[in-house]
Amino acid sequence: MLIRRPSDIPSSEITPEAVYRNRREFMRGALGLAALGLSGTGLAEPAHVTDESVKGPAWLECKIRSANTENTKSSDILTPYQHVTGYNNFYEFGYDKTDPAKYADALRPHPWQVEIAGAVAKPGVYNLEDLLKGLDLQERVYRLRCVEAWSMVIPWIGISLADLLKRFEPTGAAKYVAFTTLVRPEEMPAQKKRLGTIEWPYREGLRLDEAMHPLTLMAVGLYGKILPNQNGAPLRLVVPWKYGFKSIKSIVKIELTEHQPYTSWSAIAAKEYGFYANVNPQVDHPRWSQAQERRLPSGLLKPNIIPTQLFNGYADQVAQLYSGMDLRKFY
Amino acid sequence: MPVFWRRALIFILCLMPLVWLTAQALRQQLGADPAKTLVLNTGHYTFYFLLLTLAVTPLRRLIKWRNFHCRWLQVHRRMLGLFTLFYALVHMLAYLVFILGLNFSLFGAELVKRPYILLTLPAVFLLILLGITSTHTMMRRLGKHWRRLHSSIYLIAVLAWIHVFLQVRSSYADATFFGILVLLLLGVRVYWKLQSKTHR
Repeated sequence: MLIRRPSDIPSSEITPEAVYRNRREFMRGALGLAALGLSGTGLAEPAHVTDESVKGPAWLECKIRSANTENTKSSDILTPYQHVTGYNNFYEFGYDKTDPAKYADALRPHPWQVEIAGAVAKPGVYNLEDLLKGLDLQERVYRLRCVEAWSMVIPWIGISLADLLKRFEPTGAAKYVAFTTLVRPEEMPAQKKRLGTIEWPYREGLRLDEAMHPLTLMAVGLYGKILPNQNGAPLRLVVPWKYGFKSIKSIVKIELTEHQPYTSWSAIAAKEYGFYANVNPQVDHPRWSQAQERRLPSGLLKPNIIPTQLFNGYADQVAQLYSGMDLRKFY
Repeated sequence: MPVFWRRALIFILCLMPLVWLTAQALRQQLGADPAKTLVLNTGHYTFYFLLLTLAVTPLRRLIKWRNFHCRWLQVHRRMLGLFTLFYALVHMLAYLVFILGLNFSLFGAELVKRPYILLTLPAVFLLILLGITSTHTMMRRLGKHWRRLHSSIYLIAVLAWIHVFLQVRSSYADATFFGILVLLLLGVRVYWKLQSKTHR
């Protein structure tokens, strides 16, 4: 391809700005992986690297490309893109970790509408584009700790949930925020099956102060690209100090409620999954310890097992939300 | 095919799952969390071999269609049982090494706190005992007690299913699949026992 004019370069060939700005992180990540490999884990770059750009509407691609990347310093090594997008819990598409990447192609994330309901001055059904209109996206590198004791480090792109909610003017009656995921059995095969434990739709919730906390993110992209379907396209929550199941995906409804909302995993096993689900190495899951976690990718010969930190290492920023609260009782 | 070669072939086939897993591990094809994948897969294979072992006698007794029969499986039952033990040990080892990172104090703590491990340990000990007493010499030495001892494979099957059931999280598919097969394979024994009682 001979480049005569700038328009000769297909947009898919242009490194997204966020990725470009993060090249140091990538190098650190790649070096980290190489270091792991040299230290005898036998860990090397996996066999195939997906290089496809995620398709999406032009307005979203544009917004993501102009995301603010000022605050994206991370001391953690980023989890490589193919693991972030290839190892997922998104049971609507199947129960194996590789199922979402295999089957989520069926999902049509655009056009997308979100219903804003409950104790707000401006309820309604809004297009995703209108929801994000006028808001600048930011890139944030967060640790994500699954309740299953594995974790990743992911560069998300999105907006503060607080900024989003403020537009709809929550009233004084609002004490909690409830989220609901899509139900579309024709695109989400496991929603048709009988042997699952989750009663669809998948639902989650936060206390209002948790929702309005600056860390709480509504993500529409990762690694400088549009959020892939298997990661919860087109809109998902990221609450980094809580177990991953709180970070609900493919959101279709946000409701401001007075009472603590229904949350899917608490409904399945109340003794195992609480409403707060704050990452806490001192409070075990009844069936396994939460004292340590496998930071993925984890080699076999030298597993990347690290001690779990209280509030996933965000204690400085969120501990005050829970002062005086018995974290064993409110797990 | 002479028995020796059939034995050799079956031995190689039984090793294939481990060979395949090892190859995948070495090529980094076990995904982002190979520890979990390895433990899960070796667990599944343990159960498959357990079910195969339990299926030998029913297949031998029930399948008689024209010239086709399954009597030849009987001579290989011991090998299938030993491979059940083998994969169970690999499964446990994988958990100890790759999930716990050989942290034995954590293993002690986990053992005491987690029913799904505590209830399975006796199953593993029993399997080891069955392995030790699987030889012809042992069969002669133990006489009629051998049959009694080796019928503990039924208890092992139930404990193995409980192990799966207690770990159900997102889907009942595994528990249902294994549960139905265990029920069938144990149920057929109950049926025979009842039959032999009425014929006395």
